[in-house]
Amino acid sequence: MAFGAFATSTAVAEPAARRKSPIALLLLLPGLLYLGLFFLVPLFSLVITSLQQPDPVVFGQFENAFRWENYVTVLQQYWPQTVRAFGYAALATLFALLIGFPLAYFIGITLRRWPLLQALALVLVIAPFFISFLLRTIAWKQLFSDEGPIVGFLQALAILPGDAAITGSAFAVVFGLTYNFIPFMTLPIYTSLERLDLRYVEAGGDLYASPRSTFFRVTLPLAAPGIMSGTLLTFIPAAGDYVNASREFLGSTDTAMIGNVIEANFLVLQNFPAAAALSLVLMAAILILVSAYVKRSGTEDLL
Amino acid sequence: MSTSAVPQSGFAEAGADLELVGITKRFPGFTAIEDLDLRIPAGSFFALLGPSGCGKTTTLRLIAGLEEPTAGRILIGGKDVTATKAFQRPVNTVFQSYALFPHMTILENVAFGLKRRKMANADALAHEALRLVELDHVSSRKPSQLSGGQQQRVALARAIVNRPALLLLDEPLGALDLKLRRQMQIELKDIQDTVGLTFLHVTHDQEEAMTMADTVAVMNKGVIEQMGAPQELYELPHTAFVATFLGQSNLMSGAVVSSSGTSMVVDVAGNRVEVPRERAQRHSGELTIGVRPEKVTLHGSEPKRETGRNLVGPGRITDVSFSGVSTQYEVTSPVFGIFTVFAQNTSISRMHHDGDEVWMSWDVGHTFGLADEPSTVPALRFDDDTDTSMIATQRREQLEAELEGA
Repeated sequence: MAFGAFATSTAVAEPAARRKSPIALLLLLPGLLYLGLFFLVPLFSLVITSLQQPDPVVFGQFENAFRWENYVTVLQQYWPQTVRAFGYAALATLFALLIGFPLAYFIGITLRRWPLLQALALVLVIAPFFISFLLRTIAWKQLFSDEGPIVGFLQALAILPGDAAITGSAFAVVFGLTYNFIPFMTLPIYTSLERLDLRYVEAGGDLYASPRSTFFRVTLPLAAPGIMSGTLLTFIPAAGDYVNASREFLGSTDTAMIGNVIEANFLVLQNFPAAAALSLVLMAAILILVSAYVKRSGTEDLL
Repeated sequence: MSTSAVPQSGFAEAGADLELVGITKRFPGFTAIEDLDLRIPAGSFFALLGPSGCGKTTTLRLIAGLEEPTAGRILIGGKDVTATKAFQRPVNTVFQSYALFPHMTILENVAFGLKRRKMANADALAHEALRLVELDHVSSRKPSQLSGGQQQRVALARAIVNRPALLLLDEPLGALDLKLRRQMQIELKDIQDTVGLTFLHVTHDQEEAMTMADTVAVMNKGVIEQMGAPQELYELPHTAFVATFLGQSNLMSGAVVSSSGTSMVVDVAGNRVEVPRERAQRHSGELTIGVRPEKVTLHGSEPKRETGRNLVGPGRITDVSFSGVSTQYEVTSPVFGIFTVFAQNTSISRMHHDGDEVWMSWDVGHTFGLADEPSTVPALRFDDDTDTSMIATQRREQLEAELEGA
């Protein structure tokens, strides 16, 4: 798992790496080529695009320049969508953690004595992936629709006013994000808890820690690598997501996230410099947030 | 330092009595402990000795509160703790696997119990406990950076720093090499003497149990076979299991042919062997008797029969192993089977060799008579497979056989 690297950074120091050998470099070559071709080159092209200016002659064409004002413009124009994207992603990560952790605990620890049930429960966690997430999100749109069962039920109970709608609201978008990322949160936490040696929990009880205290001081810190991977795997894609928040799915123009704005600028408005600048802003923001998070958790012993 | 009642605040003033009353523990498929009664007086060093799967670790876990008994009561210092949870009991355990928290430093590990009980000077006390096991200099390291022996000492410090009324030790020396083991045995004994806690030590190592404990209870298949001071157990085993598990024994069986007020004579395949009445558990019929190998003297030619000495022979030496201090001989005879003899290497001229014909004699007072029926005496060379899962399998097979028969 890609984020395993972050999670284990606090573990025991690895033994010193072996001496460099030409074979190791040779084996590394395909990976380096792949990274260079499909990551560095596009990134470079994205940076160039983000600094382009409109061609003065042909409308809709852009020419290379060093127009750094593009960044100022997009931030001024789209800061609400940017802030909203990180807010929604943070909320979805939190909810996915609140749902995913107990689920992972149940599968990884409670079901340990019944391996068959454990395997079945894991399959159930992964099962939604068997259906395209676009279909599943549209299905939620149907369920949440104004004539749908959920709105009707809530209106009948007078919890929702008669003219209220769920689709297009912030609730629906955060719900969709949470729903779609629960497996990404659950599986890494499950791997941590599944390996958790219950003798540590027993030792906590033996040393006068109540079950609650043992949970917060022993179980949770030992599951921290999984929580770390899970939150990163949820937060990063959720921040850039443009499906749940789009008008065709659970959102509306009021709930547009940075992903929707990038999509619109690339595909609809064809303002490539703006879209590229926004992409780089998103990338930088995620990098800063994530490295701050990893550094904080890492230096403080993962809690 | 506060000295109020355990465990929520302060330290226990002294060790506490431990009493088990009619404890039974059943797991699905088999009974680990059957109606166990045990009383361990305060301040004693008590060893529970037995092979793996005999129920000794289950007993320890019941006392620690990590398992619940199916029936029976557990009392610590006269208070019934059967219904309380592990964290509420004035008991600490040194786990076989150490179970040091990998995400905490050594100091945090040792201070853990004190901090949960809100002791004011937890860190200072933890440092003090680490000094006791001579590991204060590694207090800021993580457990994974320590050797097995050091981790074991940290586990010990983490338990004794809490001054529990009762300290449970689950084969804590199992992972150590011989030298460290000896050193730790002495240290443990020292600590017990200085702090005066009640120690309950669970082990399968009979030597460890005998050197360290005041009282040893030998456990087999969920019941205590015999309990007493190490010397008492060794010199006068009551059952064949104790006789063979605690040290080695030469066991013979035969019928009682004559008996007087103080002793009985047993006919072992034509050899008359005398056993004192008070050293025998049964006094009539078929009897299993035995003698420890180091009590037996070898003779190169048939000696004169003396009163007060038992004589058997002749037999042929089939194996000689020299171990420096002593030599172990194996004498085989078609009449009485295999006899093991330990001879001190005090004189080079007295060495016997493979194939020599020898007679064996020993003081009548060293003979002991066992409570077992002769037919139930276990084979001497290999122990039964008494692994926990093995017992479960055997019980299940028995049950299935019964069901099929019905």
